[in-house]
Amino acid sequence: MSRARADEEEYWHSSKFRAFTFDDEDDELSQLKESKRAVNSLRDIVDDDDDDLERVSWSGEPVGSISWSIKETASSSTSSLEGRDSSLQKGSSSYVAALPKQVSSYSLSNLFKGRNKLPSFQSLSDALSDTGVKSYAPELRRPKAEYKDYSNDWSPKDTVRRMQRGKVCSLERFRSLQDKLVLLDEAVAGHDGNVITAVLIFLKRTLRREILFRELEVRQVALCHLIHFLKETGEQKMLVDLLRFLDRTEEVALSQYREHLNIQDVEKKREFLKGCIGLPFSAEDTSHIQDHYTLLERQIIIEANDRHLETAGQAEVFRKYPRKASILNMPLVTTLFYSCFYHYTEAEGTFSSPINLKKTFKIPDKQYVLTALAARAKLRAWDDVDALFTTKNWLGYTKKKAPIGFHRVVEVLQRNNAPVQVLQEYVRLVEDVETRLNLATKYKCHDVAIETYRDLKDRIQLTAYKCKVERGSAEEEKINSILNNAQIRWKN
Amino acid sequence: MAAAGRRDVPEPPDFGILKRLARDQLIYLLEQLPGKKDLFIEADLMSPLDRIANVSILKQHEVDKLYKVETRPAPSTSDQFCFLVRPRIRTMRYIADIVNADKMSGRSRKYKIIFSPQKFYACEMVLEEEGVFGDVTCDEWSFYLLPLDEDIISMELPEFFRDYFLEGDHRWINPVARALQLLNSLYGPFGRAYGIGRCAKMSYELWRDLEEESEDTDYVTALCSQVVYEGLVDDTFRIKCGSVDFGPDVTSSDKSIKVLLNAQDKVFSQIRNEHFSSVFGFLSQKSRNLQAQYDRRRGMDIKQMKNFVSQELKGLKQEHRLLSLHIGACESIMKKKTKQDFQEMIKTEHSLLEGFDIRESTSFIEEHIDRQVSPIESLRLMCLLSITESGLIPKDYRSLKTQYLQSYGPEHLLTFHNLKRIGLLTEQSAGETLTAMESKVSKLVTDRAAGKITDAFNSLARKSNFRAISKKLGLIPRVDGEYDLKMPRDMAYVFSGAYVPLSCKIIEQVLERRGWLGLEEVVRLLNGNEFAVSDSTVEDNPSWESQRVILAVFLGGCTFSEIAALRFLGKERGCKFIFLTTAITNSARMMEAMIEAKT
Repeated sequence: MSRARADEEEYWHSSKFRAFTFDDEDDELSQLKESKRAVNSLRDIVDDDDDDLERVSWSGEPVGSISWSIKETASSSTSSLEGRDSSLQKGSSSYVAALPKQVSSYSLSNLFKGRNKLPSFQSLSDALSDTGVKSYAPELRRPKAEYKDYSNDWSPKDTVRRMQRGKVCSLERFRSLQDKLVLLDEAVAGHDGNVITAVLIFLKRTLRREILFRELEVRQVALCHLIHFLKETGEQKMLVDLLRFLDRTEEVALSQYREHLNIQDVEKKREFLKGCIGLPFSAEDTSHIQDHYTLLERQIIIEANDRHLETAGQAEVFRKYPRKASILNMPLVTTLFYSCFYHYTEAEGTFSSPINLKKTFKIPDKQYVLTALAARAKLRAWDDVDALFTTKNWLGYTKKKAPIGFHRVVEVLQRNNAPVQVLQEYVRLVEDVETRLNLATKYKCHDVAIETYRDLKDRIQLTAYKCKVERGSAEEEKINSILNNAQIRWKN
Repeated sequence: MAAAGRRDVPEPPDFGILKRLARDQLIYLLEQLPGKKDLFIEADLMSPLDRIANVSILKQHEVDKLYKVETRPAPSTSDQFCFLVRPRIRTMRYIADIVNADKMSGRSRKYKIIFSPQKFYACEMVLEEEGVFGDVTCDEWSFYLLPLDEDIISMELPEFFRDYFLEGDHRWINPVARALQLLNSLYGPFGRAYGIGRCAKMSYELWRDLEEESEDTDYVTALCSQVVYEGLVDDTFRIKCGSVDFGPDVTSSDKSIKVLLNAQDKVFSQIRNEHFSSVFGFLSQKSRNLQAQYDRRRGMDIKQMKNFVSQELKGLKQEHRLLSLHIGACESIMKKKTKQDFQEMIKTEHSLLEGFDIRESTSFIEEHIDRQVSPIESLRLMCLLSITESGLIPKDYRSLKTQYLQSYGPEHLLTFHNLKRIGLLTEQSAGETLTAMESKVSKLVTDRAAGKITDAFNSLARKSNFRAISKKLGLIPRVDGEYDLKMPRDMAYVFSGAYVPLSCKIIEQVLERRGWLGLEEVVRLLNGNEFAVSDSTVEDNPSWESQRVILAVFLGGCTFSEIAALRFLGKERGCKFIFLTTAITNSARMMEAMIEAKT
């Protein structure tokens, strides 16, 4: 059972394959191991006072203590949280669902006032600017009347400069379109994105959309800022309007499609994706969106069926390998793996059959074989693996063929602890002689190694291989008989 | 300067003061809210905060409980809430929800938001919209610079990369300028400033008297697998704010250990810049020495033993501990890399850099995708292919994209769109030649008067130029025979002799030439925006020449490989590089920044 669980876990983490490159005998690794042994052997002498050692690397400070203590508060508060949980979550999700508010009533002058003076080294930069003496005490808010003195005199350039330093500045007096645009251009010239966005917020409030859009079309830097701002505040409607105005139809489509990420409910998501199919994507992307929709639709059907099967407890494969997670929202290849795992023998007509998936989504052979192999090997269904690579020609001869290198097949089988008999059949098929020998030696497929050396007519290596097989075994006998075969013309 | 030959490398200035300043200002801000308070900290400010303060400092200033800013507000009975946050819209909404929930239930509290490194007007707009503007007070914690090591200062702003390069938002340019200003005022004026890249130029203009050697044009470096030790540790375990969590597989015990990786670590400081292949030898030599040191105990008399215990044992123990950690780390790296077909991957990268065996590399990438090996690695390799080959040919682009979506999920359609916009992964246009592309793009530009398109064009031009630039600057060294990684002769050793990071090569050239003279062609290929300014008053000062401390500013992030390469250059030239970066980056972080997540 626990084995199955471990397998499943690996599956859901979806890193299905492992590869090898370095041999265990590799020089450097063994060097490393040696160093490790040496160091570990010293442990007895050293391990008497652990805390003393701990302190050393922490360079005096208890690093991580803040993070640590936050984790503590989090865990201690979770229990008491249960009660409030639902209401709080409702509260926090409500703004996500709510439509973006029409921005109309706030005033910028209000917005930009009352900045608390910054102490300490912030003043270094201010020292260069217009203000004189800095004090460390917080600056109290000035009475309202004083703001007036501030608001009227500044040129667009000075306004921008002051805003760059976080100073109080009213934008209300920039009323003509001309003034507004000069202000915007000054902000862009000042290279401070924060100020550019602030001016845009003001323009957005005080200009009709069409006019704002028209002016931004010829002001690319400002335009980027507005688009980014709309993305961040989630003002989807205005964003789409703007992109439409700019004739960026593909971006309109993508930005609408993006919304699906925020939909939790699968049925709603499916409906939403259906609506996305008609959006102005490129031809290529339209088919990806179509596939996304079809995939989710399939997954919903498969999920419902399999949940039923599982609870009914009749299908053996579900009893033996209970599902760890739902298949909903998984990638296509993961879905294929799932279907090869649970529904391998189904007829093509069912939605959950691997062949059906392959056809519907035009999965390339390579991808299909790799995935099916991984799934069947995980179940140790060696006959299925065999069938996967066996082809018959018109004369009825069978032959093994694979759209991937056989070393990959070996790798997958080995990771699933395939028996030597199964393994060696595929090791034998590895084309590159050196790789074949490496694999054969590593996985103890003695027959393959012996035969390969024989075919290479390499007497020295074959003789040396004797030490890798058990004394008195059939393999040893085989080596001896080959070495004694007078008909072979050895190359060494 | 080059003629002066090698001299002793100067000591770096003491950057500890930056930490003290930041800490003092934070304390001051906390005291602005007298009495007991709960502190809510933004997740990505936690590690930086750890480096300058600790819980007892916070407690001393009446911080009662600590919470992480996250989606679910924590229940608390405190009368005062203080939020330490980045200026982000979604964080503002999180805070507004808390305040509004309190209002609804008739609870009154004091709220204070401390923005780091500065407040954005858009944040205040959200507070106003949500109806909590007067209910909270706002402050700024000008924590721009976190010294990670004696020669590395980070602004810890990884979002700089996406915000500027993908979205075209200039919001972080002012913080960069302020950071430079701060360095300038604390450590004296900069003698000369060289820079390249539009962003660098803007930062420079925003703060006219600054020095920078900055660069925002090199994606190739960040896309290559790192093979110097520090880079590998970052790629494998993710170094966060100069410290790393070594898990049980490294510590060979059941607990994880947080380790500070810097010049203070006597073992690490000797291997951090080394090519991984030299590290084993070093570690085994080191462990043999250690063994010998311990063995000296035998045959000691009581007095000698006493001396040994009181004077040497502690140092030896420390060394022992570090040694076993780094050996464990190496082992774990080897294990992971072996699983990932690392050797084949490196081979593929090298072929891509040199422009050989493109078909073979493409099918390696394809198989990587089909096997559902790491989505980030697959993306990285595709980007590398695209940049080195001036875009993928349409057939490959479609087929790789389709298989990618099938293996890792259809929503990555959005990732591909982002990668295309930023110019990291593009499709060659049918005509294929640059001129054809140029005319097509310029048509688009007139159609829409769009600077975004111009940007895209720039990046197109940039990619197409990879071969030209690397040839012009000799980024791919010609090697006769084996490149000796143990005795590197140039900066290319950071990529096993296959590639010199573009940024580092440019810095080397500009320092050598004391300007951009003779590099016109390269500058043109990099879209210009270069500048060189010298402050004559400083330059006349003879002490400047003797200082030879160079500040290298990286906007958008720099990798440990680039840092290692420049440290190597510094040693060769007898000068000291100080690194100022918006964040430490690597391929995974860069790719992750391109992925769309739910909002």
